[in-house]
Amino acid sequence: MSAVRNLGLTKERFLLPGHSACHGCGLAINLKIVLKVLGKRTILVIPACCSSVIQGPYPKVAFKVPTMNIAFASTGAAISGVSRALKIRGIEDVFVVGWAGDGGTVDIGIQALSGAAERGENILYICYDNQAYMNTGIQRSGSTPYGAWTTTTPIVGKKQFPKDLPLIMAAHRIPYVATASLGYLADMIRKLRKAKEIKGPRYIHLLSPCPVGWRHDSAHTVRIAKLAVDTWAWPLYEVENGRVKVTVKPKRKPLKEYISLQGRFKRLTDGEIKLMEEEVIRRYEMLLKMEKSGIEF
Amino acid sequence: MEMADFFHIMPVSKPSVGAVGKTGTWRVFKPIIDHEKCTRCGLCWIYCPDESIELKEDDTPKINYDFCKGCGICSDVCPVKAIKMEAEEIG
Repeated sequence: MSAVRNLGLTKERFLLPGHSACHGCGLAINLKIVLKVLGKRTILVIPACCSSVIQGPYPKVAFKVPTMNIAFASTGAAISGVSRALKIRGIEDVFVVGWAGDGGTVDIGIQALSGAAERGENILYICYDNQAYMNTGIQRSGSTPYGAWTTTTPIVGKKQFPKDLPLIMAAHRIPYVATASLGYLADMIRKLRKAKEIKGPRYIHLLSPCPVGWRHDSAHTVRIAKLAVDTWAWPLYEVENGRVKVTVKPKRKPLKEYISLQGRFKRLTDGEIKLMEEEVIRRYEMLLKMEKSGIEF
Repeated sequence: MEMADFFHIMPVSKPSVGAVGKTGTWRVFKPIIDHEKCTRCGLCWIYCPDESIELKEDDTPKINYDFCKGCGICSDVCPVKAIKMEAEEIG
């Protein structure tokens, strides 16, 4: 039982105890692991999102790396600026990380991110996807899944399928795009280490379960992150230089196992679950076909 | 003037443990480790969202109850069920 020891993570803490994240926050686990992998030579740029709240009030902060809080739509622009300023000063070993929620990436921040990717800036953009605007009170976002309850889709749930942002980013033909889930720790750490080595724009999309917004037991965060992959609802893949590769191929479990743990899917009818399941299978098989055919973006 | 002269008016925060106080007071259920069952795998340490589980030199986990919010993730991920959640005593 030395699985975790073999991952080679440092015991140094970069996310300090006493931050104000909710019980069982998936974002806090993700941030902790990301900073343990990237190390202390990292600059975080954070737009308005849960992360700008959990770091704590002035004059204290719970993050042990330099952190810059900026406006909602400008993460992509700000990391481009920080990265170029470092280049002018001749500093090569610092990672500039845009750390944004799904609202600040999928909806509001997409133009700045798309611009930075198109210009080929040397940046790492990480989106932790909690699938709604959790910080302001669980409003629907472009990344909220079909059927999910939010405060702005209160009675019947969301009626649209979410945007596929990793593939939108892959269509920019950037060197590295990946999705990861904290349920599959070794896969996530491998992808982060790979992104660390590559120069140019890199994009990683992390699943980040939110007990408050998803209406699940705070103890089930890791279990749900794992089930999302096992039911194919969150396919784990990477797109390296335009080539798609599905990195974890689990045997499919029924989607009901994943959604029955979450209160936000409580009102779904059997017909809607079937529709969701068909879409999940279609998306996963599309990725497998892309991998098999070897087509490049 | 030097940059340092402006630090007292600049909106720059300092990293510190307990930025929002002792979050252990939020706790309803308290995790208790059974050290005889524990295999020292480190899963609770890596999955603790509050960084309140420390690993000692020999990888024995130790919970910092000042900041543990009692979410129960450590108990859920433990492969040998060595962590029990017990109701916090009131008063």
